[in-house]
Amino acid sequence: MAEFALPKHSKIVKGIDYPLNNEAENTKKINVYRWSPDDDENPRIDSYTIDLDQCGPMVLDALIKIKQEIDSSLTFRRSCREGICGSCSMNIDGTNTLACLKSIDDVKGDINIYPLPHMEVIKDLVPDLSKAYEQLTSVKPWLQSKSDPEKGKSRKQSPKEREKIDGLWECVLCFSCSTSCPSYWWNGDKYLGPAVLLQAYRWIADSRDENTEQRLEELEDSFKLYRCHTIMNCTKTCPKGLNPAKAIGEIKKLQLERK
Amino acid sequence: MSEYEIVDHEHDVVVVGAGGAGLRATLGMVSGGLKTACITKVFPTRSHTVAAQGGIGAALNNMGENDSWQFHMYDTVKGSDWLGDQDAIEYMCKEAIPSVTELENFGVPFSRTEDGEVYQRPFGGHTLDYGKKMARRACAAADRTGHAILHTLYQQCLKYQAEFFVEYIALDLLMDDNGKCVGVLALCMDDGKIHRFRGHQTVLATGGYGRVYFSCTSAHTCTGDGNAMVLRAGLPLQDMEFVQFHPTGVYGAGVLITEGSRGEGGYLTNSEGERFMERYAPTAKDLASRDVVSRSMTIEINEGRGVGPNKDHIFMHLEHIDPATLQMRLPGISETAKIFCGVDVTKEPIPVLPTVHYNMGGIPTNYHGEVVTRKGNDQDAVVSGLMAIGEAACVSVHGANRLGTNSLLDIVVFGRAAAQRALKTVEKGSAHVPLPKRVTDKILARLDKVRYSNGDISVGEVRNSMQNAMQKHAAVFRSNISMEEGVQKVDTISKGMDNIGIKDRSMIFNTDLVEALELENLMQQAIVTMKSADQRKESRGAHSHEDYPERDDKNWMKHTIMWLNEKNKTKLDYRDVHLNTLTNEVASIPPAARVY
Repeated sequence: MAEFALPKHSKIVKGIDYPLNNEAENTKKINVYRWSPDDDENPRIDSYTIDLDQCGPMVLDALIKIKQEIDSSLTFRRSCREGICGSCSMNIDGTNTLACLKSIDDVKGDINIYPLPHMEVIKDLVPDLSKAYEQLTSVKPWLQSKSDPEKGKSRKQSPKEREKIDGLWECVLCFSCSTSCPSYWWNGDKYLGPAVLLQAYRWIADSRDENTEQRLEELEDSFKLYRCHTIMNCTKTCPKGLNPAKAIGEIKKLQLERK
Repeated sequence: MSEYEIVDHEHDVVVVGAGGAGLRATLGMVSGGLKTACITKVFPTRSHTVAAQGGIGAALNNMGENDSWQFHMYDTVKGSDWLGDQDAIEYMCKEAIPSVTELENFGVPFSRTEDGEVYQRPFGGHTLDYGKKMARRACAAADRTGHAILHTLYQQCLKYQAEFFVEYIALDLLMDDNGKCVGVLALCMDDGKIHRFRGHQTVLATGGYGRVYFSCTSAHTCTGDGNAMVLRAGLPLQDMEFVQFHPTGVYGAGVLITEGSRGEGGYLTNSEGERFMERYAPTAKDLASRDVVSRSMTIEINEGRGVGPNKDHIFMHLEHIDPATLQMRLPGISETAKIFCGVDVTKEPIPVLPTVHYNMGGIPTNYHGEVVTRKGNDQDAVVSGLMAIGEAACVSVHGANRLGTNSLLDIVVFGRAAAQRALKTVEKGSAHVPLPKRVTDKILARLDKVRYSNGDISVGEVRNSMQNAMQKHAAVFRSNISMEEGVQKVDTISKGMDNIGIKDRSMIFNTDLVEALELENLMQQAIVTMKSADQRKESRGAHSHEDYPERDDKNWMKHTIMWLNEKNKTKLDYRDVHLNTLTNEVASIPPAARVY
């Protein structure tokens, strides 16, 4: 009979509990996934209880407070703290989102925080995104045109044409969507995933880009594009309110029209 | 000292930083055939350029107003309160036109006019006909212009297969015995290895240092690492006393609400519901220069006319604007107001407060992006092998106060200029001279000191004290007493660096270590900022001195330059302001009273 074993480091153990030492009325327990490659330990969940009256309103504020006051070894990415740089994407309360845009009050009970699912973890809440970045490069996400614009002049684009890329170019590349997609979990090596397909469609939809046919040809692949099974987790989870599933749908529609 | 594995790299040029300036420089260099390494502590599209909102200034004249780069230049010189170098300002405003057109050609998703041209909106301090009426000069991609530009520049760098080293934190410049910069030493956060990058030019594009303050619009990563590296290399920083407070940071959270919201018709009111800017700036009103608006708001609050239960902030109104316009032109800040203060901008005003936003000061350079220093009587001595661009640099195009839209312009124009200069001065593929081991050892010794630090004060504690001291003593209004106290406080707080302790000893993604290194960088800049402010006995642009309320051109129309030694002692000198223009296409703009 076949024997099955969990891969190394899949079992998460209980970690350190950091209770609040002083009296506080308004507290919250924050459970955070911890793992470091330096030793052979399994991942653990550390619990930090914080005084919400001494903390900013967002989950990122809580993480920064923990790092600053309780445990400086807690590791996560962050930068702009206003939802535009895309650094602090993580799984909070079961949903992928940006910690800086997620209000602490939105979470009932303890807050459970994990790294983005199904990515290699570098440390704690820091996932390895290098494969996702490579996939982004693979769709040649830059303006391609056969004709040069008139020297010293802008290309023209009507407001109507420009409107077609609204909801596409605003993506902050946080990869919350791709890492919420079961299809991407299974076939992340070959399926491009919603974040990258949204970027691909951003150029297909831009009236200034003249390489639509070639772009569509390169996406016509049972894995790259068609592993999307319209599960819609991507659209549901996007912290910027974008709709990657619709963009993928548009690409599929254009593929049909080509045939 | 610990044994570190050192990985060596040889390039023609090394760019440190991948914000708008670093990417524009990298793009120009790579597409021109220079072997270029771009080192960045965050993935390029996460750099703080991404947060710029309102627009990029260029007299494209798409709105049919007979705009010209000469008007743009006049506004910029006036905005700088005559501390800007007019040769560099001429260069920037003239080159703005091809530089922004290039951005469109690269694919930036600018908003459009009905004619299909790049959309332009009014912005603070930008006028037509030398101040007669407000100009529409800010080229905008909704209110996410920085995001649009940064992503596009990254995409162009991908097109040219630029070589990026992502999540590497630069430790220090490699300086040879002749004071020439020959590269930079960096720590790879991913695996903890040390990388030694050799380049014939090293370009610092490391951004500002807003995080020396407690409340700022700047990202957590804005720690001015390049500025601090320059200080440690024995070179001065310039005009560090000039720190811009943006009038409209969200009260409490400190996040930015673009000046473009006032460009689209928004206005400020006090507790009496009065549009008070009409009193302070009769012509430009809410679109006066940022220093003017921030001061006016502070006066209103200080005189008891602030809003809210503590009368400590101001309201900004957008609710009179058509919701469809808000949705089209200002979707980002509508979302920001909702998330960070629960305000529906179509119905209620946004609570705002002047918030630290931009550093006019930085690494002194000429308009090619080459770093300069003062050597005796030579005030423009070029430092061999070293360039600086963007917010890290002080060209100086912003002088004592930067106009909105001129920061995105600065990064693009001077990123481009640096690339053009490097293509002229660097011989492709030429050999690198061996570097004595002691240069690297000295930097690693500093790293070790922080890495193994085990004192009893946390990085967070020291950082908090520093930020609070700066917030209090280098504020919108300053005075002799307050600044002297500030100098003392920062000096005392900086001594705490000897007793910090970090907990994480790992070499894999050690953000505890990185934050300690960043704090050291911030602290050095806090000292220089506080001391530079304390010595300037006049009011000019962002530096409002209550004991010297007037601008004093006779004694103070000069750039402050300040060095910092290893014992944190400063040395002060000055450089002349370049009142001369670059060409005879435009006349020098003589100093005048600054009225909006």
